[in-house]
Amino acid sequence: MTLIAGASLLVVALMLAIGGLLIQDSTGARQVFGWSFLLPNLGSTWNPVTGQFQGWSFIYGTLVTSLVAILIALPMSLGIAIFLAELSPGWLRAPLGTLIELLAAIPSVVYGLWGIFVFLPAVVVRAGAFLSETLGKIPLLQVVFMGQIPSSGASRLAAGLILAIMIIPTITAVSRDVFRAIPMAQREASLALGATQWETITRVLIPYGLSGILGAAILGLGRAVGETMAVTMVIGNSLQGSYSLLLPGYTMSSVIANEFAEAVSTLHSEALIEVALILFGFTLILNGIARLLVWKIGSRTVEEARA
Amino acid sequence: MQTISSTAGEVTSRELRQPQSPLVTIKGEPLPLTSSKFVLSDLAFYYGKVQALAGISITIPANHITAIIGPSGCGKSTLLRTLNRMNDLIPKTRIEGQVFLDGDDIYSPNVDVVDVRRRVGMVFQRPNPFPMSIYDNVSYGPRLYGVTKRADLDQIVEFSLQQAALWDEVKDKLTQSGMALSGGQQQRLCIARALAVEPDAILMDEPASALDPIATLKIEELMQTLKSSYTIVIVTHNMQQAARVSEFTAFMMIDQNRAGTLVEFGETAQIFTRPKNRQTEDYVTGRFG
Ligand SMILES: Nc1ncnc2c1ncn2[C@@H]1O[C@H](COP(=O)(O)OP(=O)(O)OP(=O)(O)O)[C@@H](O)[C@H]1O
Ligand SMILES: [Mg+2]
Repeated sequence: MTLIAGASLLVVALMLAIGGLLIQDSTGARQVFGWSFLLPNLGSTWNPVTGQFQGWSFIYGTLVTSLVAILIALPMSLGIAIFLAELSPGWLRAPLGTLIELLAAIPSVVYGLWGIFVFLPAVVVRAGAFLSETLGKIPLLQVVFMGQIPSSGASRLAAGLILAIMIIPTITAVSRDVFRAIPMAQREASLALGATQWETITRVLIPYGLSGILGAAILGLGRAVGETMAVTMVIGNSLQGSYSLLLPGYTMSSVIANEFAEAVSTLHSEALIEVALILFGFTLILNGIARLLVWKIGSRTVEEARA
Repeated sequence: MQTISSTAGEVTSRELRQPQSPLVTIKGEPLPLTSSKFVLSDLAFYYGKVQALAGISITIPANHITAIIGPSGCGKSTLLRTLNRMNDLIPKTRIEGQVFLDGDDIYSPNVDVVDVRRRVGMVFQRPNPFPMSIYDNVSYGPRLYGVTKRADLDQIVEFSLQQAALWDEVKDKLTQSGMALSGGQQQRLCIARALAVEPDAILMDEPASALDPIATLKIEELMQTLKSSYTIVIVTHNMQQAARVSEFTAFMMIDQNRAGTLVEFGETAQIFTRPKNRQTEDYVTGRFG
């Protein structure tokens, strides 16, 4: 008991220490740029030579790649989870489940390499060309689908798609466990009323597990927001004054990974640390929400079992 | 997932296919064919290789309450769940013989299991309301069947809750969660939910075993008011309950192969006062171990 309490205290202390350090070490940048660091402002707003630093491009890059990732990963993961937990024959569940968990354990640099050599040329380049021909012609959507995707495929779209693939295993595994935790009696109640299996899934099981599924999604989102290596390898790492998904971009984590070791001035490092602070806040909030939701469904299931 | 083997042969006439058990009488008169709800013919059931039911033939009369009694593990729940094909959900199970519902073999290949379950409702041992409002719990079934008009749903919800003797207690809090009710109220909510789809028959597996005596009494009274419109089959461990509520009683035991069999079936009064079988007598008089 004391050991567990001690360990969790240690974790809290560590979090506080990291947060404190980030705040302290970015003070200089905050004094110079203030809130303008966060203002929505694209273009050449990050210039180590002139000492101009604004974080918006990176914040946008992180947000948009994570959004693409979650929009694609959530429905797919939910489908796989439902198949695994409810539809697949018993003998298939264990091997498929293990496979999914293995996918979650692949190092992100491997995803990045696979992306560069296989996924980008084979899929992203084509998808990008298609999107710029179709959605790129629609007035409002133009903003995010304009321009020509580079021949390498390196773009925000590529990063979003790679992230989607990387977080599918996480979201799938957690949502599958959420479905597994739903008492058999709920399924029986629905089926005994003459519901089909599909009706039972959509009308009883998904609502029952909704907070858990949302928790899984946010957990995946948290991973997408913080993911560094694979994104750095496929996003192109360049600042352009455009919101387009089809062009190269930068994320908070990739700019830190790329520039920190070679920061040219104190202000430059301080600006990077401030980016890190924003990223830290993002992931902290996302994970907090996820834990809360997963815990909520967990306690509800326990209540049920006690009743 | 499961195989259904049917012994149905070439015989085409419904009367011929549906064997009539000579045991069934009402006040000494043989039961006319039309008033039987379920007819089970030489039913056997297997969980994997383990046989749980063997050679069960029984006719369950319509619009009456039939109790299934017997020692723990003799296959009462298994038998009950063959009547609405709930056992289909358990992998690697197998059934032999036939179960007729109003003359139709519910295990014949062209039967839609969803339709069977619409006609045969079920109430479980543990109340299992959905984590939705009371209103949504009761209207769940009707909505599945395509009732969408609010006024129609309102009417069904009120009528079902009244039938289940719960209306007065919940009419002011229909939007509250069904899980927030007491155990006895939850069970009546589950009964209302089953009634809302207007089934022909209702199966109850020890519906009061998780309830206190007052809630139990409420459920028993409820069953009496329901039997004029529904056929009720109830599994119970409680001999007094079987004697109190039911008009027919089936007594089951495990045979020498450890499979559940029907020992005796008859009017409840006869089973409890003049059992024909020695084992039945031992069981109902409490001499059974
Ligand atoms: N899902 C299952 N898988 C395998 N065997 C089962 C399963 N359910 C029941 N059995 C077995 O079938 C036999 C009959 O079980 P059943 O639940 O029908 O008995 P019961 O008469 O309802 O008992 P109780 O009065 O304790 O509820 C028992 O030997 C039991 O172990
Ligand atoms: Mg039982």
